[in-house]
Amino acid sequence: MTSVATIPGSGTTPRRGPLGRLSGMSTGRRTALIAVVAVVLLAAVRVISGEQALTSSSTVAAALLLAVPIGLTALGGLFSERSGVVNIGLEGMMILGTWGAGWAGYQWGWWAALIGGVLFGMLGGLLHAVATVTFGVDHVVSGVAINILAAGIVRFLSELLYTNNKAGGGVTQSPALTHDQPRLSLPVLSSGPDLLGSLENKQWFLVSDVAGVLRGLTHGVGVLTVLAVLLVPLSYLLLWRTSFGLRLRSCGENPSAADSLGVPVYRFKYIGVLISGALAGMGGVFLVFVAGIYRENQTGGRGFIGLAALIFGNWRPGGLAAGATIFGFSDALQLRSRSAVVALLLAVAVGLLIVAGWQVTKRRFIQGGVAVVFAALSLWLYLTVDVLPPGIVSFTPHVVTLLVLSLASQRLRMPAADGLVYRRGEG
Amino acid sequence: MNVLRRVGLSLFAPVLAIVVALIISSAVMAALEVNPIEVFKVMVDFGTTPNQQITAVVVIINRAIPLFIAGLAVAIAFRMGLFNIGVEGQYRLATIMAAAAGAAVNLPAPLHIAMIIVIAMAVAAAWAAIVAVLKVTRGVSEVISSIMLNYVALGLAGYLITGPFRGSAAGASIVATTPIPQSGWLPGLNKIFDVLGLANPPRQLYSFLIIAIVLGVVVSILINRTRFGYDLRASGLSPSAASASGVNARAMVIKTMLLSGAVAGLIGLPDLLGTTHQYTTDFTAGLGFLGIAVALLGRNKPIGIALAALLFAFLDRSSVPLQIANFPASVVTIIQGTIVLTVVVANEIARRIALRQAERLGAQVVAPVPGDGSTGGGQGPGGDLPPDGGPGGGSAAPGMGSSDEPQGARA
Repeated sequence: MTSVATIPGSGTTPRRGPLGRLSGMSTGRRTALIAVVAVVLLAAVRVISGEQALTSSSTVAAALLLAVPIGLTALGGLFSERSGVVNIGLEGMMILGTWGAGWAGYQWGWWAALIGGVLFGMLGGLLHAVATVTFGVDHVVSGVAINILAAGIVRFLSELLYTNNKAGGGVTQSPALTHDQPRLSLPVLSSGPDLLGSLENKQWFLVSDVAGVLRGLTHGVGVLTVLAVLLVPLSYLLLWRTSFGLRLRSCGENPSAADSLGVPVYRFKYIGVLISGALAGMGGVFLVFVAGIYRENQTGGRGFIGLAALIFGNWRPGGLAAGATIFGFSDALQLRSRSAVVALLLAVAVGLLIVAGWQVTKRRFIQGGVAVVFAALSLWLYLTVDVLPPGIVSFTPHVVTLLVLSLASQRLRMPAADGLVYRRGEG
Repeated sequence: MNVLRRVGLSLFAPVLAIVVALIISSAVMAALEVNPIEVFKVMVDFGTTPNQQITAVVVIINRAIPLFIAGLAVAIAFRMGLFNIGVEGQYRLATIMAAAAGAAVNLPAPLHIAMIIVIAMAVAAAWAAIVAVLKVTRGVSEVISSIMLNYVALGLAGYLITGPFRGSAAGASIVATTPIPQSGWLPGLNKIFDVLGLANPPRQLYSFLIIAIVLGVVVSILINRTRFGYDLRASGLSPSAASASGVNARAMVIKTMLLSGAVAGLIGLPDLLGTTHQYTTDFTAGLGFLGIAVALLGRNKPIGIALAALLFAFLDRSSVPLQIANFPASVVTIIQGTIVLTVVVANEIARRIALRQAERLGAQVVAPVPGDGSTGGGQGPGGDLPPDGGPGGGSAAPGMGSSDEPQGARA
């Protein structure tokens, strides 16, 4: 039996994320440095390639809009996996969330859409919890089953409720939402005189880029986006600074030891998975808000991308938010401009070259060589390709996910008992 | 007696699951004011004339063939504790490549068909190999990477069919590849009906049925009767024990994914070689995901998968009659999804019953040793696998396909 003393210790020390290579720096300073490097890199690529969409405020606003559902779903995954339940069913719960939001939203407005989506997501979470916690079914199997089932349920419900509906809608979509959520802008800077907007239009190197990014983040932001962003630090405080969080995480690290200390493990796992379903459902609600309507296949695998963001973020709130930002940005870019995706290849090439240099200084020549080869490949693609065809551009976020995971995932540590079926008294 | 009990126990879980699933989906339908009894009546109604009835059977078998192959592809990986969720993308990409290659050449009939089959298997295996290489070298969870590759494959297929491989005219309503010449067609098996003295409907029974049966036998032998299959099953049951006995875990991941992918490449071929002869934008989709369900229902055994494929094909066939009878056709999806969920629960319950029986028997034979490890067999984390970026890797699959092993140990 593992010693009890490891439980509090294993989670409270801040763990180095995928960017932990920049050792000897505090997490905050490291994150800031990475963000600065990323903006400078994008600014340089924008000037070289002439692709204004790379850092325009509209792209950044779209990125925020698309990062939020991914981030919310990843947060959902965080609660579930920190309690020790792997949640592949996030996609299914998100699908249920979109349907719930569409159904409640067209009848009673945006706040009802939020509640409806969250409740539907929780239903999916409940199903997952019953299967995995009560019946001890393998977590991945149960998650896959929920994904299949959720797609069937929403189609069934739409067929039943929307086909002869006076308000509109059909087999694959709901009637349109009646009210949009209220939107906020920063006074003076991004509305009214709109100082950031005019600065952005100057197209100066770096200055306009920063202005574009800031304006995108502050102009016409939905109330719920603000709420979602706030949920990231709130989740951190709840999971790492309260006794509830400590107990929940202890269920994911060593449930038997937690049990011996009197933590009701099954109950905490239920709570974790239910919160997970609620947050994934909320992610679905955001997708419905973006479109103003529920559509079938609206999630497009974003639940899975959320899971990838969680893994990239090393099962921590800050990391998963960074992952969601990357995926949201690539998603936004692909939606806004096909030629900008080509410019992204240049950024990838430069980024890989930096990685290669880093590997070589660490005397890891093989990894460095591989990075150089891939850098050359993306540079060649950038120089030879003008515009990518739509079919290819559509999977940009998924390729970025794969790339990021394969570059980052070796330094990760998932909760120790994550994915293991726990039966009380059998540990 | 022993055999009878074993068969009884392995049938218990799926049958219980199907019954419970039917009850649950009936309740759902009743709650939404759809009469479940009427729905089931439509489902089992195969028509009145012998011609209609045989046609219904042919439709079911033709649908069951790709489902069976898909189930096999998933099951091969499952037996090793790997989740190949990428079957969907693997077969779609393989089918469009095979269709394009088949249309581009002109060969004598058997060679032409063989070439199409080999290309389909090679493309899908290569696509699955990406997942394996990422897992082995970079520790990326196969669950995430195969899902991401599904989207990439579907996007690629969409690009290929509208771009380089487009064979249909510019204004055509359905975009398609150039049709495969007749030497690359597989004739139907309908002569069987004449021999048996049954009605011979116009709908052709796919002769891919024979290939599927052979494939099932080969996979069964490979997994149960060869060294490779033994290593594969051992890795699935206990990765640490397998690698302690000399199994190279990384090589096994790559070999298993290649095999699973190669089988997945065949999924689209019954339709491609039997009826459509070209890849179209509305080519049968979703077989890879259904394959996961079929493999779970069939408990990763070829015979079970065949039965599960027939059941799912039967359910699928009823979606058209349901629509004609003005019922929501998605009832079928609901039933299928519920079956999957109840099956995994029932499998788990059956596994525990088997485990308890084996424990009781073990206690009779040997004096009870405290903590002999039999209960913890599924819980051991595969700590010596390559660093695993995500959930579901190696250690996460204690329940899969292991339900009858304690019994096997008893024999």
